[in-house]
Amino acid sequence: MKIGTPKELFDGEARVAMTPESAVLLQKLGHECVIEAGAGAAAGFSDTLYKDAGVTVVKTAAALFKAADVIAKVRPPEEVEVKRLRDGQTLISFFYPGANDALMNRIAKKGTTVIAMDMVPRISRAQKMDALSSMANIAGYRAVIEAGNNFGRFFTGQVTAAGKVPPAKVLVVGAGVAGLAAIGTATSLGAITYAFDVRPEVAEQVESMGAEFVFLDFEEEQADGAATGGYAAVSSPEFREAQLAKFRELAPDVDIVITTALIPNREAPELWTEDMVAAMKPGSVIIDLAAEKGGNCKLTVMDQKIVTPNGVTIVGYTDFPSRMAAQSSSLYANNIRHMLADLTPQKDGVINHNMEDDVIRGATITYEKSVTFPPPPPKIQAIAAQKKEPTKVLTPEEVQAEEVAAFKAQTLSQVKILVVGGALMLLIGAYAPASFMQHFIVFVLAIFIGFQVIWNVAHALHTPLMATTNAISSIIIVGALLQIGSGNWLVVILSAIAVFIASINIVGGFMVTRRMLAMFQKS
Amino acid sequence: MSIGLTSAAYIAASVLFILALGGLSNQEKAKRAIWYGIIGMAVAVFATWFAEGVANRFLILICVAAGAYAGHYIAGRVKMTEMPQLVAALHSFVGLAAVFIGLNADIMLSAVTAMREAGTAIGDADLTSFGKKLWYKDAVEISILKVELFLGIFIGAITFTGSVIAYGKLAGKVDGKPTQLPGGHALNAGALALCLVLGLMYLGGSGIWTMVLVTLIAGFIGWHLILGIGGADMPVVVSMLNSYSGWAAAAIGFTLGNDLLIVTGALVGSSGAILSYIMCKAMNRKFINVILGGFGGTTGPQMEVEGEQVAIDTDGVASALNEADSVIIIPGYGMAVAQAQQQVSELVRKLRAQGKNVRFAIHPVAGRLPGHMNVLLAEARVPYDIVMEMDEINDDFPKTDVAIVIGSNDIVNPAAQDDPNSPIAGMPVLECWKAKQVFVMKRGQGTGYSGIENPLFFKENTRMFYGDAKASLDKLLPMID
Repeated sequence: MKIGTPKELFDGEARVAMTPESAVLLQKLGHECVIEAGAGAAAGFSDTLYKDAGVTVVKTAAALFKAADVIAKVRPPEEVEVKRLRDGQTLISFFYPGANDALMNRIAKKGTTVIAMDMVPRISRAQKMDALSSMANIAGYRAVIEAGNNFGRFFTGQVTAAGKVPPAKVLVVGAGVAGLAAIGTATSLGAITYAFDVRPEVAEQVESMGAEFVFLDFEEEQADGAATGGYAAVSSPEFREAQLAKFRELAPDVDIVITTALIPNREAPELWTEDMVAAMKPGSVIIDLAAEKGGNCKLTVMDQKIVTPNGVTIVGYTDFPSRMAAQSSSLYANNIRHMLADLTPQKDGVINHNMEDDVIRGATITYEKSVTFPPPPPKIQAIAAQKKEPTKVLTPEEVQAEEVAAFKAQTLSQVKILVVGGALMLLIGAYAPASFMQHFIVFVLAIFIGFQVIWNVAHALHTPLMATTNAISSIIIVGALLQIGSGNWLVVILSAIAVFIASINIVGGFMVTRRMLAMFQKS
Repeated sequence: MSIGLTSAAYIAASVLFILALGGLSNQEKAKRAIWYGIIGMAVAVFATWFAEGVANRFLILICVAAGAYAGHYIAGRVKMTEMPQLVAALHSFVGLAAVFIGLNADIMLSAVTAMREAGTAIGDADLTSFGKKLWYKDAVEISILKVELFLGIFIGAITFTGSVIAYGKLAGKVDGKPTQLPGGHALNAGALALCLVLGLMYLGGSGIWTMVLVTLIAGFIGWHLILGIGGADMPVVVSMLNSYSGWAAAAIGFTLGNDLLIVTGALVGSSGAILSYIMCKAMNRKFINVILGGFGGTTGPQMEVEGEQVAIDTDGVASALNEADSVIIIPGYGMAVAQAQQQVSELVRKLRAQGKNVRFAIHPVAGRLPGHMNVLLAEARVPYDIVMEMDEINDDFPKTDVAIVIGSNDIVNPAAQDDPNSPIAGMPVLECWKAKQVFVMKRGQGTGYSGIENPLFFKENTRMFYGDAKASLDKLLPMID
């Protein structure tokens, strides 16, 4: 099959869906690659690089659409591109089918199969082709860089000869992929980073990235993200109030706010209100990654940077990935390449569009002249398992009560053992002769000593312990020595053998123990 | 040497033995304590050699010398990976010696009884010290002696054949899979009942043939019992046999009326019992369940494992290790099988030279012998203060950059915590999946000895580093700098 990538038509779009690197790997799958001249120029990939990678460069988009069986793109197709699509062709790109209903229907009628990269289901197996995550990751990183660009101070705290510089305080709202990337970038630049998310289960991830999770004093059961496919859900008004109150409290302190809160198929929730912006210090920066969906801050202007009267910069760019075109192209091209690898399971260049496969089915929105959106729910629900119920925190009284109960139970069982043991001893004592009881005392005491001593043995020395006890248990040699003088030849032979093998044991056991112990070295 | 002096020597030996065991509480003390044990043993043997009523001293000397030479030869040559089978083999000797001594005691008992009944005067009988003791025993004491004798022979025979099979399994000479004769444990129970009947007949005066039969039948029980236990349960089996060898010595001590044997036997017996208990606890299984083989009943279907195993190549592992600040290595039996401990040690040395925090996490049942991993690592010159027990290190995984699992499986299985239906549910495991990244070194895709799927291999932060551990590490080492 021929995989073709045209130049993106959308104004300001610098990304490209195929890189020389991904083209090489696509060719390994048995495909041929075609690219429109100049398609990769904005992302830093020249036509020569593509040619060197074995890609055919064609002059015009029209020629490309004619030549290719599969069109790989970044943005949804423009009007002129839709016209060029034909029956039997496959288009792979971002599509946002929920918002582009008419476009989808038109393409379906033409008979083009469309795989929407934004519809790849969120299951572990499909992570390698999850372009939304790749792009969100870049957006999160770039958001911090953009903030730094507009922020007049250092991120990291420093003590210089010229004076002390306090570290910047960054608040990241929404700990999805973009949020986590922003947290990672901000902490590695040295900022004190706080993060908030309505899904309490991400607190662990946030903390693992080195940020502090902002907890709310809120009692209500918070919705678990696992129920909604890992995305945040709409929260209750009370919860929202508690959340806004917390933000108000933080607003005067933080220097940089990065909001990434999105709820699928809804307008972005307002989380950073005007009074919070007013409370911020002059020179502070807000990066609103939700600008495309109306913004988490209502002052955000989409695709623009504004400065409020009190000196707070609000950045509403929506093209962060495109601003890092080289990086985002290579990740996106890899996502596409993984998708094609799943579509060509035999690696023979023949596309097998398997509608039974959860991932392919989920991403396919038009197939054989009909619309196949929305997909049925995937067969496997592979979002991380529900967190276990947090263990109940006991009050000191309860802890004490438990300890007392445990102590009582222990006492009871010890008393039971002692009583039973004592009764057993009495029974033996009543019938056994005195000579036996003498030895028996020694035996019982030795067991007690054994238990006391052995519990203190270090686990690391259990093998030497076994070798030592082995050697020591060969004390049985003494028994054989006492018998060997007997007049009976059979006794002599048997005890001679016993002495022999017990000696092997003594010498072998001790020697091997010594060998082992000598090896234990302290660093 | 008078009886008083001999007793004094025995007391000294007992104390020295207790000190020898007590000294094993830490690595430095242990190096001194082992000498207490050696001296104690020397004192005991010499005191007995010179004691009254011991004859054939020259024969003793030959036997001891030959045995010492053989022991020296074996101990000097054995590889540290072969420790489990060596320990098992040594146990079998104690069991066999106990059987011989028990049979001897009976032969001497009948001889003494015959002489006494024939009216021979004690002075003419030419008895050993043990013979004299027998001479003065009354009817009740003789009955007790017979019970002790029976126990000594019975336990000794089980220890002997059981250890031989354990040796075979550990050395790979017997198939490690649990196998049983038709009839299974009913056969063992039948054999046990038969032994008891024979024991009662012996008590009733039925002569030495009953004891010879008991030896054979108990030998069969030991053989069959251990044959039915899988290779990975061997830590428990070896500890159990360790314990039995002690109890056999103690029983013989009672027979001979020798307190030194009783004390030492009891020490060893309780030591083995504690080790078995620790091992069972670490597998969250009942002792009886391990010995009778098989896992506890599960209550429902196991959780399905989602996702796929993602492989990684040497470059990836090397770059992750070069970037990591803290690394925890979890060795298992696979490391011993691949003989990779030297390479592991070299890896640790290189990583530590870069100032990284490298530690080992040892699960109590890792390997085939309690403490087996510690000895292997010590042999490869890994400093023991970076080798941690499970409880010491389990909380540190979330703060760890890279966890490397080398040849372990069930001891790092998260199903033990997450899946109440898993056969190993409730078993304490090393929580390596909480580390930022986990590399699993493994020969191929397969389940552990228990046949349980391991969800760790499918986790998002897990990468499978397939191949022979030794060869993979050899490839990895030059890339660490």
